Amino acid sequence: MPDLGISVLFKGKNLPRLLGGLWAALRISLISVVISFPLGILLGALMTLKNPFVKAAMRIYLEFIRIMPQMVLLFLFYFGTTRAFGWDLTGETASVIVFVLWGTAEMSDLVRGCLISFPAHQYETSEALGLGKAQLYRYIIIPQAVRRLIPLSVNLVTRMIKTTSLILMIGVVEILKVAQQIIEANRTASPNAAFGVYLAVFFLYFIACWPISMLAQYLERKWG
Amino acid sequence: MDHVTKRFGNHTVLDDISLTVHRGEVIVVIGPSGCGKSTLLRCINALEKIQGGEIKLGNEKIEYGSKRLPSLRQKIGMVFQNYELFPHLTVLGNIQLAPVKVQKRNLAEVQAEAIGWLDRVGLEGRENSYPRELSGGQKQRVAIVRALCMHPEILLFDEVTAALDPEMVREVLDVMLALAAQGRTMLIVTHEMRFARAAADRILFLDGGKIMEDSDPETFFTHPQTERARRFLSTFQFDNIKKL
Repeated sequence: MPDLGISVLFKGKNLPRLLGGLWAALRISLISVVISFPLGILLGALMTLKNPFVKAAMRIYLEFIRIMPQMVLLFLFYFGTTRAFGWDLTGETASVIVFVLWGTAEMSDLVRGCLISFPAHQYETSEALGLGKAQLYRYIIIPQAVRRLIPLSVNLVTRMIKTTSLILMIGVVEILKVAQQIIEANRTASPNAAFGVYLAVFFLYFIACWPISMLAQYLERKWG
Repeated sequence: MDHVTKRFGNHTVLDDISLTVHRGEVIVVIGPSGCGKSTLLRCINALEKIQGGEIKLGNEKIEYGSKRLPSLRQKIGMVFQNYELFPHLTVLGNIQLAPVKVQKRNLAEVQAEAIGWLDRVGLEGRENSYPRELSGGQKQRVAIVRALCMHPEILLFDEVTAALDPEMVREVLDVMLALAAQGRTMLIVTHEMRFARAAADRILFLDGGKIMEDSDPETFFTHPQTERARRFLSTFQFDNIKKL
């Protein structure tokens, strides 16, 4: 049995430090979700309007954010703004800004797709039943939209959590960075620590994301 | 309806149509595809904007986009081709939505009425099912009950059996025949000729956006007045088909 370097995890405060790193990643995701989801819903609803100016502006925003690798955005906001505008953003703030921009774009596209997917007959039927516009949205469109959106947006949350693994590049000490620090610190005492520590990171990401995707699956089945 | 004209772009779908429907009358509208039958019904409850003429229910004008429209539409029950139930609501939820939320009627009373109707159309015990658990014919009967529970003054049926399997057509037509026998005012668009003959007080034959014939079913089916109607009716005959 080769030395898998698992013992390193139990030395000193290594495990609590990893958990702290996980929390840093989850915290940034959570803040970004809380800000970007309402914004995304609002923008998504705006995108269904027929106004060509709003449509074009949204389209450009959406394509830009989605085509751009998140890493480039992170560098742009963390390093770029410091020199250009003299902003002194912390790594965490820059991360939240990028994740909010990204999350809002993705969410608005989900909302837009969901709203336009309602067949015309649902609108006509409720009109024919004498429902007003407000009643149409309250009783017909929104309840169905929420059901369809929940699994999709839960999916987006897990994608956000996974993407936080990039923010160590702008100096945020999250789980992956902590893992690297632990491996470095134990390079001579436990040269095989990389395996054990990254394995722990693997399981910690899994523990964070798995319940969320289970929840998505459950809701999908329940409301599908 | 008085001199109603409806155009989609340059294409005139309804061409100067005038029609009076009397209380308790069952009118069946037939005609070839694209003759404007469905559009006629859709104009009556202002799902389509008309370019000329006017449509009145009683003494009230039905106008596309008007403030009074939602309350007028409550008096016009409409059943569509694709049994358009709301998929996120149960049978009962579908039926009671408009009476309770729009007409502000008492929930228990509406539910009792709904269940009474469901029993009569052969759907006892299905009030808590979701639309996806029902067959096409069952969904269409629910859609009819949903329209009835609004207590409409007139019922519009837009090819309600066209999307159904043959065995299911009958169960829906039976419900409509029973409603006709009750003396309800109905305007029915259909391709079911035998049903038309059995249910109608009056047959309207539409072609090219015009009413070509307006007569009682006996006259229409045995002695159609126009050549166009004769040709249309002959497409339902298979007696004289030559062997290949």
